[in-house]
Amino acid sequence: MHGARAVFSVGARFLLCASGDFVKMYSVATEELVQLLRGHSDLVTGVQLAPHNRLQTFTVGYQLLALYALPSSEDSVFVIIPKSGERDTFQLVSVKLTKAAGQDMEAKELSVVLEGVDASPKCTAFGREGEYVASVKDVNLQVYFFKQKQLNRFSLRATNKKGGNNVFTCVACHPQEDCIATGHADGKIRLWRNFNHKKEYTFSTLHWHHDKVLDLAFSLEGTSLLSGGVESVLVQWHCGSDCKRDFLPRLGSAIEYVSISSDGTFYCTSHTDNRITIINSNLRFSKTIQGLIKARDVKTGLVVDPRTKALVLNGEPGHLQFYCLQSDKQLYSLDIVQQEYIHQAGLNQSDLVRVAFSAQGKWLATVEEREETDLELQLKLWFFDEETQSFKLNTRISMPHEDHITAMCFRDTDEMEDDSLMLVTTGRDCVFKVWVILEDTDPEAQQSLSWSCDFVGSYHSYQATNCCFSEDGSLLAVSFEETVTVWDSSTWDLKCTFCHPPGKIRSICFGRLTCSKYLIGATDHGFLCCWNLLSCALEWSAHLNVVVLQPDPLSEHIAAVSWLFKESSLFVFKPNEARPICIQRKFCKERIQFAAFVPRDVPETIGSEKYLWLRRSQLFFLTDTQELMTVSTKSAQERLTLSSKQLAVEESLPVTPFSLLLGKHRHQQSQGDVDLGKIVHHHHEQDSPAVKELLHTPAHVLPSASFLCPIFINSLLVSKENKSTEETPDEVEMESEEAEDDSDEENSVTEMKQEDKMPLESLGETTHRLSKSEEKELRKIRKVDYSWISVF
Amino acid sequence: MGEFEVHRVRFFGLVPAGVRCMAYQHNGRRLALARTDGAVEVYNFAANYYMEKVSGGRERGGQGWRLFGAGLSGDITEYDLERLRPARAVDGFGGPIWSMAANNDGTRLAIGCEDGSVKLFQVVPGGGVQFEKNLDRQKGRVLCLSWHPSGTHLAAGSIDFIRVLDVHSGRTAQRIMVNCHVPKSKKRECVVWSIAFLSSGTVISSDSFGRVQFWDWERGTLQDSHTVSSSAALSLAVSEKEDSIVVGTSAGATYQFQLLPVKAGGQEKRWVRTKPFQHHTHDVRAVVHTPTALISGGLDAQLVIRPLMEKVQKKGYDAALRKFTLPHRRLVSCARKARLLLFQFSQHLELWRLGSTNKTGKDGETLPLSRMPEHLLQLKSKGPEHIYCSCVSPCGSWIAYSTASRFHLYRVQHEGDSISVKKVPGVPKLLLPAYQLLCASDSGRLFIASDRGSVHVVQLLEPGGCKHLHTLRPPAGTREAVYLLASSADGNWLAAVSGDWEVHVYSLKHFKHHCTVPTYSCAVTALAIHPTTNNLFISYSDQQLFEFSIPEKQYTAWSRAVQNSGLHKLWLERDSPITHIAFNPKNTSQVLLHDVYMLCVLDKSLPLPDDSAVLVNQSTLKQLSEPARRRQLHAFKICKKFQVGSPLLFADLLDERCLVTVERPALDISAQLPPPVQQKKFGT
Repeated sequence: MHGARAVFSVGARFLLCASGDFVKMYSVATEELVQLLRGHSDLVTGVQLAPHNRLQTFTVGYQLLALYALPSSEDSVFVIIPKSGERDTFQLVSVKLTKAAGQDMEAKELSVVLEGVDASPKCTAFGREGEYVASVKDVNLQVYFFKQKQLNRFSLRATNKKGGNNVFTCVACHPQEDCIATGHADGKIRLWRNFNHKKEYTFSTLHWHHDKVLDLAFSLEGTSLLSGGVESVLVQWHCGSDCKRDFLPRLGSAIEYVSISSDGTFYCTSHTDNRITIINSNLRFSKTIQGLIKARDVKTGLVVDPRTKALVLNGEPGHLQFYCLQSDKQLYSLDIVQQEYIHQAGLNQSDLVRVAFSAQGKWLATVEEREETDLELQLKLWFFDEETQSFKLNTRISMPHEDHITAMCFRDTDEMEDDSLMLVTTGRDCVFKVWVILEDTDPEAQQSLSWSCDFVGSYHSYQATNCCFSEDGSLLAVSFEETVTVWDSSTWDLKCTFCHPPGKIRSICFGRLTCSKYLIGATDHGFLCCWNLLSCALEWSAHLNVVVLQPDPLSEHIAAVSWLFKESSLFVFKPNEARPICIQRKFCKERIQFAAFVPRDVPETIGSEKYLWLRRSQLFFLTDTQELMTVSTKSAQERLTLSSKQLAVEESLPVTPFSLLLGKHRHQQSQGDVDLGKIVHHHHEQDSPAVKELLHTPAHVLPSASFLCPIFINSLLVSKENKSTEETPDEVEMESEEAEDDSDEENSVTEMKQEDKMPLESLGETTHRLSKSEEKELRKIRKVDYSWISVF
Repeated sequence: MGEFEVHRVRFFGLVPAGVRCMAYQHNGRRLALARTDGAVEVYNFAANYYMEKVSGGRERGGQGWRLFGAGLSGDITEYDLERLRPARAVDGFGGPIWSMAANNDGTRLAIGCEDGSVKLFQVVPGGGVQFEKNLDRQKGRVLCLSWHPSGTHLAAGSIDFIRVLDVHSGRTAQRIMVNCHVPKSKKRECVVWSIAFLSSGTVISSDSFGRVQFWDWERGTLQDSHTVSSSAALSLAVSEKEDSIVVGTSAGATYQFQLLPVKAGGQEKRWVRTKPFQHHTHDVRAVVHTPTALISGGLDAQLVIRPLMEKVQKKGYDAALRKFTLPHRRLVSCARKARLLLFQFSQHLELWRLGSTNKTGKDGETLPLSRMPEHLLQLKSKGPEHIYCSCVSPCGSWIAYSTASRFHLYRVQHEGDSISVKKVPGVPKLLLPAYQLLCASDSGRLFIASDRGSVHVVQLLEPGGCKHLHTLRPPAGTREAVYLLASSADGNWLAAVSGDWEVHVYSLKHFKHHCTVPTYSCAVTALAIHPTTNNLFISYSDQQLFEFSIPEKQYTAWSRAVQNSGLHKLWLERDSPITHIAFNPKNTSQVLLHDVYMLCVLDKSLPLPDDSAVLVNQSTLKQLSEPARRRQLHAFKICKKFQVGSPLLFADLLDERCLVTVERPALDISAQLPPPVQQKKFGT
């Protein structure tokens, strides 16, 4: 949901937003993903509705950096492109559109309108009735009047006496009057008027934001101006007055884009944390479309909540997000730090660094730290309250260690008795501490259970770096720099030590089930070692630069991700044999930060020997750039494909049967691509989803019954007939595939939208609106469709 | 060891009075400004905003075409701008006068009174005003008045309502309730502080709710309303073209509104708030909109001239922001021999003895005082009149001061540490007021500058008497008063500057007019006669410097050289005039000049800097090697050590080794002002 302003469709029923390589269409009423528009092979950078045909949309990507469409110029659009031959200079050009029928268009007629514009789409705006275009860059504003062919330039001083920063950040034009609003880096908004005079121009200033104004938008009639910035407050200014303004605070995170529906009933803000908020025009919060929150820095790693099987990681600052992978949406967000987050550069705020769940998910331990002159640490223990179905703070321990806490784990035992529960924390202050539950006998006390320190262990005053309990909980392994120590968890005796010099221990884990006698450790110097706990000897070691070591809780498999020559490779092995089961080399060009096995609800039936390890749980990775990836087995050729190579951005499709359906389609499509044109379509797989879709989609977003009937019937038919039917839901699918086949051109007018949206609009209304030429086009497309299908 | 021992005096507790109201005359480009203590000042914009005239008074109110003042005393006073004093006063018979406005052609004067009446006065061409008629009276003091440009209607603002009066019939043509949009429960008194009547029929009002409202007077409807401040919008002024207004608020901010077309080329125009300016810390009580600048005056005593960049044709003197706080006059006189300083306040004088030290130190070092500066004397003037000028004789035993109507001479006796003051009896009845007083360097004579270009010479007699010797008059005669005097050290020459900027030199030996310095088109800001060469050194308000040889009756060679080569660009762009000139007795070529922001030693023996040279180069020179320094040396040695937040009021050389400077830290001034309107500042 990044890179471009979200656009409301005519009538404000749908919201279109660019998301990675796709354009997603959400329903404004239900916040559900209605459709995914494909056709780009790179990031989509702009989405615009075609001004004269309300069923058309323009999208741009790859090297076209921003797109503007004007109602006054029917056959041309404006795009920002890099200037050829010069780096980092961009120009605004107008492109004549040919009246071709295809989805993609190749435009040849270019005419340069403005040179030296900023690449950001926020830095250029078109004025009243397209009479002028305003563009800002650094401290310069340039306004070009199309009729007069006059270019006016205004510049501000870079900094003023009071320390303000006059650099422009965004621009918006009044829809009715000659007025330009510009946002500045110091939080000021300037309203320019009279800018058709070179000298007698004038501007007034609005100032509320304390930091960069990130986007501006005028309301439909221009009576109010919306602005957003890092404060995550949407400000509505009335009539350009400094005194009259309304706020919508606590929008969660910095506002990146602001857009307004064409009838003015909805506002929409896109946030930096991968979220879109839909707001009523009376500044009442309406809907939110939330993806995986992009935290500033994921420090907690990927943790799986045993209760919900959700992926748990840093979300909003100071919060823990519970992200359901199956449904691909956020379950809830838990406020751990419980402090107001203040947006200010250079301010150190408490942040969540470690998270651990007990085996059944009854207890949650969190560590937060704040580093100013000295370190502030807090260990919090949360108890899952069955009544409220949420975690409740049980114990708060300030400064559990003198220095940073490096690792934390619960003892995985049967949790029926609380007294056997145990938490171990390791710190850079060279000790590890064991925390146990104490029962308070005082009946006056508010809660009977609380946590306190039971044992403090150390080893030669080395820094403790990792800790891990064996499966039965009897042994605790703690790594101290280069040494792994194994402790008896009942008596706290040091049992034995392992060492594999040189190199410090990076991570350790015990083997499980049949392999529980093994202890695995990865070192800095690129060794993966396996020690036998019974013989206290090194079983085997391998030379591998392991960055992530992740055991599967439900099987004896252990996944190790290595980082070599700027590529990540995956190795899955069993501790009892040195030979890996599965090797996936160079599956990712980014460094993998964390990995997690997420148990499957239903064990998958996997034919291939190679993927047996994925039977009971699924492996997820988080890269440096906060992309979440998974290893999939669903490939038809039993190939390992990164099926949901979902950009964090793209993560946000809310779970609807429809999206699931589409998700499945996507897998198949990726196979299709691999097969190089040999498109194999598995229609039978879609049959049941089609029915499912019918039953699960809310009634108000469903198309008319007449439209649904054939689908329903078709879905019940056997696949042979399915191929010959015309109006199946997978027509969309095929169409877009066709688009992909010949998607060499980037600038595409997705004609498929036309086809697809038509039934969704009330049918009778749209037919008479279509012009003859459009009808022709439509017919042509249908012809194409037939021929295409008949290939099968 | 430094060249001079510097007394840095910071005990002059002058607090300039706040600006109450202003009137601007377009033709003469002069601005009249009334302060809260009743003083009226006239600034000449043509002469680089020089403060020409000052007149003591007690009034409060607005001014018209010829300068009229009206105040809470209920009188309308006309000011005599030649003699710089109130000329005639007429009682308005309506209680305190809150507002006054003159119509466009300056023939009629309207006043708004406490009792709610608006009275019209005819401006009599010869002088004075004559009562014409009473307009419809309604209860509630009339706080502001504005004429329709055609002169047929008057808009009057009171508490909670605006009235439009028909001048011909005297009836109230329209009554607009300003407060009717506020719900009754929240109703507070709404004071219309200022009003403007446009030729289009729009009445603009600014009120205590901080609103600027645009009304259609015929229908009495509100056209537009802008809230500019959470506190009151106090003042309002319209440009001559009626396309721009300026509003001053009690938070110290001024705002500009402009009448701009909604669409380029379209007919529809709308008032849009454009630029905010925050130059003041306190109430902006008066604003003026000139064609090229916005002028605002506030209770913080500042007069701020903010040029409108888009209206200024070329970058130059007019394009810079100007701020005036302190008067362009000398308020300090110094008894060089006795080491006394006399400070002039509006109602009293203070005599201080400078501290002294017995230590010597290095350049830039602060020396410890062996004797603290001592406040010797405070002389309070009787009556409400302001002290207009004062002086102390070089020996420190005579103090003279003058108010608008009286002249006082005191004999000060120093007996050890005790001091006694005796009024000198038998002061000659002279033509008053005195505009400038000066004692001859031997303390034997006192020169009194008077009106019509005359200077009285009074002999001071021991042990305490005086005798009028002679009155010097310019040969051609003039109507303007003398406002600056300079006498030579040998007592032979006296130079006098009158209001028409003519400099006359008189011979004191023969009490005869000696010569006239060629007239220059700018006001003289300071002049002095060199003690040895008897050259008259003159500085003008456009920052030009001239040296005129009195014995030879012509400009000196150096002065011609200066005129030929021209002064440094930065020197000419300075915005405050030189207020005092002194000479270094040790080095005849050195002249000491100062204005509010700097102290300059002008060395005539050194080459003049050209525009490429760095003008203020003293600190860089210090770091250079000797030969490089010699190359870089030029005539202007400027010291700005005094500048940071403390304007320089006075600087003089006591003797060869001793320099005295009087500073007035701006912080001390603001500390004595009432607390400003509380404003929430982000981040505090």
